[in-house]
Amino acid sequence: MRDIGVIVNGVRHEARVEPRTLLVYFLREHLGLTGTNIGCDTSSCGTCTVLMDGESVKACTVLAVQADDRELTTIEGLPVTGWHPMQQAFHEHHGLQCGFCTPGMILAAVSYVKENPDASEDDIRLALEGNLCRCTGYHNIVKAVAAAAAVMKAGAARSSATA
Amino acid sequence: MATAERYVGGGVLRKEDPKLLTGEATFVESITPPGTLYVSLVRSPYASASLRSVDVAAAREAPGVVAAFSGGDLADEWASGLPMAWPVTEDMNHPDHWPLAQDYVSFAGDGVAVVVATSRAAAKDAAELVEVEYEERPSLTAIESALADGAPLVHEALGTNECYTWALANGDVDATFEGADVVTRQRYVHPRLVPNAMEPRAVVVQPVASAGDFTMWSTTQVPHVARVTLALTLGIPESQLRVIAPDVGGGFGSKLNVYAEEALCLALARRLGRPIKWVAERSEDYVATIHGRDLIQEIELAATTEGTILGYRVRLLANMGAYLQLVTPGVPLLGAFVYCGSYGGQAYSIECTGVFTNTTPTDAYRGAGRPEATYAIERAIDRLGREVGLDPIEIRRRNFLPAGENVPSPGGLVYDSTNYDGALQRALDILDHDAVRAEQASRRELGDARQIGVGFSSYMEMCGLAPSQVLASLNYGAGGWEAATVRLLPTGKVEVVTGSSPHGQGHVTSWSQITAAALGVPIEDVTVLHGDTAIAPLGMDTYGSRSLSVGGVALHLACGRVIDKAKRIAAHMLEVAPDDLEFEGGVFSVKGVPDRTKLIQETAFAAWTAHSLPDGDEPGLEASYVYDPPNFTFPFGTHICVVEVDTETGAVDIVRYIAVDDCGQVINPQIVDGQVHGGIAQGIAAALFEEALYDETGTLQTSSMINYLVPSAAELPSFELDRTVTPSTTNPMGVKGIGEAGTIAAAPAVINAVVDALWHLGVRDVGMPASPERVWRAIQEAKPGGSG
Repeated sequence: MRDIGVIVNGVRHEARVEPRTLLVYFLREHLGLTGTNIGCDTSSCGTCTVLMDGESVKACTVLAVQADDRELTTIEGLPVTGWHPMQQAFHEHHGLQCGFCTPGMILAAVSYVKENPDASEDDIRLALEGNLCRCTGYHNIVKAVAAAAAVMKAGAARSSATA
Repeated sequence: MATAERYVGGGVLRKEDPKLLTGEATFVESITPPGTLYVSLVRSPYASASLRSVDVAAAREAPGVVAAFSGGDLADEWASGLPMAWPVTEDMNHPDHWPLAQDYVSFAGDGVAVVVATSRAAAKDAAELVEVEYEERPSLTAIESALADGAPLVHEALGTNECYTWALANGDVDATFEGADVVTRQRYVHPRLVPNAMEPRAVVVQPVASAGDFTMWSTTQVPHVARVTLALTLGIPESQLRVIAPDVGGGFGSKLNVYAEEALCLALARRLGRPIKWVAERSEDYVATIHGRDLIQEIELAATTEGTILGYRVRLLANMGAYLQLVTPGVPLLGAFVYCGSYGGQAYSIECTGVFTNTTPTDAYRGAGRPEATYAIERAIDRLGREVGLDPIEIRRRNFLPAGENVPSPGGLVYDSTNYDGALQRALDILDHDAVRAEQASRRELGDARQIGVGFSSYMEMCGLAPSQVLASLNYGAGGWEAATVRLLPTGKVEVVTGSSPHGQGHVTSWSQITAAALGVPIEDVTVLHGDTAIAPLGMDTYGSRSLSVGGVALHLACGRVIDKAKRIAAHMLEVAPDDLEFEGGVFSVKGVPDRTKLIQETAFAAWTAHSLPDGDEPGLEASYVYDPPNFTFPFGTHICVVEVDTETGAVDIVRYIAVDDCGQVINPQIVDGQVHGGIAQGIAAALFEEALYDETGTLQTSSMINYLVPSAAELPSFELDRTVTPSTTNPMGVKGIGEAGTIAAAPAVINAVVDALWHLGVRDVGMPASPERVWRAIQEAKPGGSG
């Protein structure tokens, strides 16, 4: 067993875990953060994507012990209250149907758009190839991410203007 | 207040989104009652083997293990085998199908033992300690080999691998073919597909041991069907089993079933008196959840030299897999009536033989029989056009059934409403056909490595399952009705109870729209309850694009009954006759005296207090309707795919994808478009990417998302959508199903485009999936002196 301390959605959690515990099970079963879903066992589908120190990672390919002293954001903390522009855009553009892939898709998109604010629809398609959706055919996901990117860019411009 | 206009057909955003966007949804894997025990299954690595011994002793001793059982240990738990609801013929062969194999295994993935432990990891660790002695037997996986002389038998007790042969004929087929100028014969192989709903299957059973009650949460499309059938399998009273389908992460037919793991978790909960949980890993889902398609089709069209189709003759060989799941044998029948698609003719025959192989059972996967039928006719009609010198547009126009209502088809159905040329023309308007053909001609002339092809699919499908009497005539073991209840609470808020539960289709929003429009209440005042047999005891569940055209219509009619009663109460309150009242936008008003009014919410309060009600009316404002449709619905449309094929590498790029669909009246355009998008994606996936493959030992080679290509955003294009609206005559709302149409339409559009791009090079057919290798080989084989 190993002792770890992980900051999740702004709160530090101390825990004792088996070294083989995957981060996704740590989040779901130790912390009760069941918003992060599990879609495969081969790191193929991206359903379990979370942000670790702001970068998207597949929580099924990270051990909980590797998250020691790291800062994690799950769907429950994006933000903790209210909606991120990406969530709003997925809603407005019908970018989700069953919603199972949605938390991972949204976090992957947030991470990508932050680094690539001017991405085209083709860029977005390539960037999201690690996140599978079986319901939407991606058409509306791509529209939603592009729309959120515009909102996030405008928001970033506003906050730098007022800084 | 034009509430109806505002809500039906308008842009209402989905009410189910917030919890899904914020991680507050409740999928089955997130349900863990206190004291839950976890189940891990031991599955056969062999496609066919006798079970000499299954020794769970070492597993029982492992840390955290509470129990471990072989199939034999649990044999007494079953009052009957796993359910199969569709014996398509009287003499169909139906092998025993137990939740755990008892004497022999029939496919790689068949369960042989189960371990129950206090944690997921402990169960999985201990499962590896189960000692199974197999005696491997010869196996087979391919359809053609199943009926060969000397073929190994999947079930020795049956003495054959043939499950059934079913046939249908209308008109004088032989005479029609003998007298025809032209007969086009084509053979198509439809690959086996893995549905791959993003949420793997899972089940949790919580017993109340003292009462003998069970609550089961399952990733199911069919909580009601699961309740009645599992009660029979377990030998428990149906009344003591409550089945809940909470948030369900996609289905596509793969969760239209009743599975071994559901029965096992119930049996283990009964035996151990503890909550039991099983969650599939994705790789386990690949072998333990049903597959789709996998059939060989031979289609013949008899036609005149002018290209007018006179007759259809179809033979199918369909792979059942190793066992019959819930509706396995009937899946080909769902396509069997529509091999004539949108077209006319005087004679029609089809014969289908189902065969057993040592593979994961097949069953309904999005479209279920109709994608296969549509693929065959939409490919074959292109070929007939080539043979009589007509382009794909003209050959279709020449054979379309006329636009109209209640149009009889060669397959013996009566199509509710048709406007096939209208949809084709709309799609052509979007395409700019002349420009695309000019570009194609130019590239051919230049000998460009990248050739253009245009593919059409003027599909028609039958859905909205289904008139119960028709199901009876097909020997299906259940009805096709759906139930709805509408209840006004004392405060005027509205609860809707529906027997059809969603797994992504947006029922909550559409049902709220229907209710808000009918009752004239704000949409936010409507709550929709579903997916729990304790809350919605009557239901036939969700499959076959039936929810709106059966369940939505039931709701619409239940709203009518509520309004009738509310009107009597309003009349009583206003001291006028009910016929003196008008109802619009939630307000009852006296004709000619518009300021004398009662809100429907006021009638709800009056019905609740019951201080003064009309004679004969009971307290409360609530009504139910169980609707059995008089016919299927028959959506249609034209999809056009433009591809660029790299003739040097065989790579296919979809340049444009245009879809004009007609599903009658539209309640929520955004949801309808979303259904079409997702459907097209699965059709394109079948055409270009996906194929479940077994090796010669019967091991599934494409056994995970690593080696089975579920397309990502990077593999798919954006889609250009439009629609025509031809109301259905089947139901009073004029609606048709749309959940499967995209998948049904797409594959032939794509493959017709690939063949069109390569026709001038001598390519006459490309099989699915049209991978770069398969396309490249087709090009090489077509070359003069090539191996073709």
